Amino acid sequence: MVATVVDRAGRVGRPARSVAAGRRRVLAVGVAASVVLVVLVTLGLILGDFPVPLERIPTILAGGGEGIEHTVVVDWRLTRVIAAVGVGALLGIAGALFQTVTRNPLASPDILGLSSGAFSGMLLTLVLVSASWQALVAGSLVGGLVTALVIQMLASRDGLQGFRIVVVGIGVSAMLASLNTWLLLQVELETAMFASAWGAGSLNGVSAGPVTGALVAAVPIVVGAFCLVPRMRQLELGDDLAAATGARPHAVRALALLAGVGLVSAATTVAGPVAFVALAAPQIARRLARTPSLPLGLSALLGAAVLLASDLVAQHALPAPLPVGVVTVSVGGLYLLSVIVLELRRRA
Amino acid sequence: MPDRPPASLTVEQASFAYADTRIVDQLSLQIEPGSFTVVIGPNACGKSTLLRGLARLLAPEEGQVVLDGRSIAGIPAKTLARRMGLLPQTAVAPEGITVRDLVSRGRYPHRGMLRPWSPTDESAVVEALAATGTTELADRPVDALSGGQRQRVWIAMVLAQQTEVLLLDEPTTYLDVAHQVELLELLAALHEQGRTIVAVLHDLNQAARYATTVVAMRDGRVIAEGPPAEVVTSENVSAVFGLANTVIPDPVTGGPLVVPLRAPHVTEVRP
Amino acid sequence: MTVTTRPGRGILSVGVVAAILAVAVLASLALGANPLAPPAVIDALAGRGTRETSFVVWDLRVPRTVVGIIAGAALGAAGALMQAFTRNPLADPGLLGVGAGAAFAVALGVSLFGLSDPGEVVWPAFAGALLVTMAVSVIGASGPGGPVRLILAGVALGAVLSGITTAITLTDPEAFDRMRGWNAGSLLGAGLDDLGAIAPLVAAGAVLAFALAPGLNAMALGDDVARSQGVNVGRIRIGVIVAVTLLAGAATAIAGPISFVGLMIPHVVRWIVGPDQRAVLPLSLLAGPVVVLAADILGRVVIAPAEVPVGVVVAFVGAPLLIALARRRTARAL
Repeated sequence: MVATVVDRAGRVGRPARSVAAGRRRVLAVGVAASVVLVVLVTLGLILGDFPVPLERIPTILAGGGEGIEHTVVVDWRLTRVIAAVGVGALLGIAGALFQTVTRNPLASPDILGLSSGAFSGMLLTLVLVSASWQALVAGSLVGGLVTALVIQMLASRDGLQGFRIVVVGIGVSAMLASLNTWLLLQVELETAMFASAWGAGSLNGVSAGPVTGALVAAVPIVVGAFCLVPRMRQLELGDDLAAATGARPHAVRALALLAGVGLVSAATTVAGPVAFVALAAPQIARRLARTPSLPLGLSALLGAAVLLASDLVAQHALPAPLPVGVVTVSVGGLYLLSVIVLELRRRA
Repeated sequence: MPDRPPASLTVEQASFAYADTRIVDQLSLQIEPGSFTVVIGPNACGKSTLLRGLARLLAPEEGQVVLDGRSIAGIPAKTLARRMGLLPQTAVAPEGITVRDLVSRGRYPHRGMLRPWSPTDESAVVEALAATGTTELADRPVDALSGGQRQRVWIAMVLAQQTEVLLLDEPTTYLDVAHQVELLELLAALHEQGRTIVAVLHDLNQAARYATTVVAMRDGRVIAEGPPAEVVTSENVSAVFGLANTVIPDPVTGGPLVVPLRAPHVTEVRP
Repeated sequence: MTVTTRPGRGILSVGVVAAILAVAVLASLALGANPLAPPAVIDALAGRGTRETSFVVWDLRVPRTVVGIIAGAALGAAGALMQAFTRNPLADPGLLGVGAGAAFAVALGVSLFGLSDPGEVVWPAFAGALLVTMAVSVIGASGPGGPVRLILAGVALGAVLSGITTAITLTDPEAFDRMRGWNAGSLLGAGLDDLGAIAPLVAAGAVLAFALAPGLNAMALGDDVARSQGVNVGRIRIGVIVAVTLLAGAATAIAGPISFVGLMIPHVVRWIVGPDQRAVLPLSLLAGPVVVLAADILGRVVIAPAEVPVGVVVAFVGAPLLIALARRRTARAL
């Protein structure tokens, strides 16, 4: 396993085996994840109260198919599947951004109280302003952004530190959770249940308009995030080395967090605050691909797969249909527990 | 080594502070091109702060740091990184990263957004590995290496940056004495190839042996500056460190060798 | 480094806090939608009051005050134990998923067994809290890990359970309605007979806590130092888990999930009397009820005649403290 560059000292040798091998593995995992995603998408189109045979799908998607088939597959299921894939991908990327620049695998928008803030914003809008879909989405956006700002301010002392963000996030999240509990008590039972379902993160009733709008708005942010990748890699070496190699850690961190918040906000407007996808997807991606860094593209693919799979489970595999966020919370909690236990075993 | 005139680095009446506490006060220092400068001093004298100020990790409250006649505050980050490399005390290796991958991160200042990995980058990495004797370790994960090996890998990373100035903050910490000497001999070789080196060291005798210029600091000020024979004297060591000592000629190099005097421990008598 | 308190200071502090507690108790009996003057309260307590004031004092306020005292004392002591045992100033029984475990059990009780009276959910809540605290303590407290892992083990397990709890409540409107009330924490609901049964458990937990105090003092310097002083670290660990389970579980059972009391109180107490657990534990036992009663009174008074539940008010007092702690320059890794 010894590199042969020794024999060729001074000459430009062939690309390092490990770097190329690493890239091959990432590619392989990416292809596998894409295949899984395609399977899930197909399932999402054929499963349901109105089962559609697999062979009909290409025709229907191409524009053919009778009225009801078209409505079910294209208007309802396709929209929902695209929403799940899009939201999952955005959350996966956001998680990778957060975790890379805070150098903390446990940093995630949910732990950071963003979801509680979005829910608070939505509840306050519901109680004080109006119940229209647009108002609620706007309220949740504002709530999430304001919370992010407050957490950033509170956790920023001599720069941002991973541990501090987690703790401040838990504190802010708890205060907002208390506020939310209080607000839920003030409204009618029906309204409260509706708000809670939304607050768990749900893809019920997603319609093409908001989905398209959110995903289109997210595209430039995603592009920006990918452009940040080389700089973020330098950030992994510590702020001092990052600065010494010209990567400007403070600016990069601020941009990455801003991008992450933007992506989470876009995702939240579509599906409400879906928990744990942003936390889990990058870590799963990293472990599968065995890279030292959190791969952005792979996190997106895996986030999409996890969310779509959770949605299919929530819709079809449970005794009563539930919001997807309930499944991701439970599954995500289990995942986090196993990470903690494994880490404990490894250190022991 | 790319052909460039040696860089001249000057500190002009600069003051550096951390959170309202001024650590370095109106310090002026000229780093001669092509010199091996070692900064010594007691704990909390400001030597690390000075180095961080030189590397532009800290902005001066007053005064400025000048590289080749231009204040470093105005130089774009990547341009500065192509001329000055830093090995800080707080470097983090991402989990599972290989040696080659880590060393190649040193090429960052030379790579643009869209420029793929070029032969120049590759040869810089190869040379850096060879210079630090870490070529056989290239495909191993950094966290599996010993302390000495790891430190050499970090130096390889800074070398891959191909800068004419190298700044090193206590590079010998956590190394056993054999590895310390090995590292310093490496730095001496790099110095002979034409680089300007500024290092913060704890060990007076190592400083005296390897440096061309020794800067002694105390309480944020330069107490003495010059060739080791002039700076590392018994009076200076006593004034800077508060250590009773005698200085004898080093049997190997002839330069100064500091030998602490014995001062028996006195137990306080309670009234 | 010795961990001792000048005895005079400890006793003085206990006296002062006890006095403050007495004032808080009086305030809790006097204030509310029907404010009563202190003499009237004392009359009612002595049996000399009018029928109206007797009703207000004995039927409405005494039960909630007693719940506040028991829950506050239990949470204060449990918090002090957690922080001493984990050597971690951010530990708080409420952050360990105790609330989530109790909530899960209550949700099951309401939806599967139709429990509806707040008094009926006391014992299921206790059982749920018991199981979760034990699980989290086992996962998070063993081995090196630092504060983040312990808190996150609680968050993780809490998340799993809360997911299932949400699933239950979203499919059962009545369960939802009951849960949204329980979630806010409240000093109402537990009847005096339940209190009578819970109080011995709290007392047992408190006695166990006092017994653990000297051992915890030794452990403050690290497990190895403690062992070299002859302390049986394993036994102390089990003792702490049992005590915290009893105390935090009982508190959540009678008052619902009230967080941050366990976090705040030990900090304030340590600031007054220093790190000696033989002083910290009794003082936490006294100071906890002060905060809970204060939050309850505030909740009663702020939007009278309506009430803000005590769990909501306490979080707004406690979370800013948590954040202030994390912002200290010395809080780099705790």
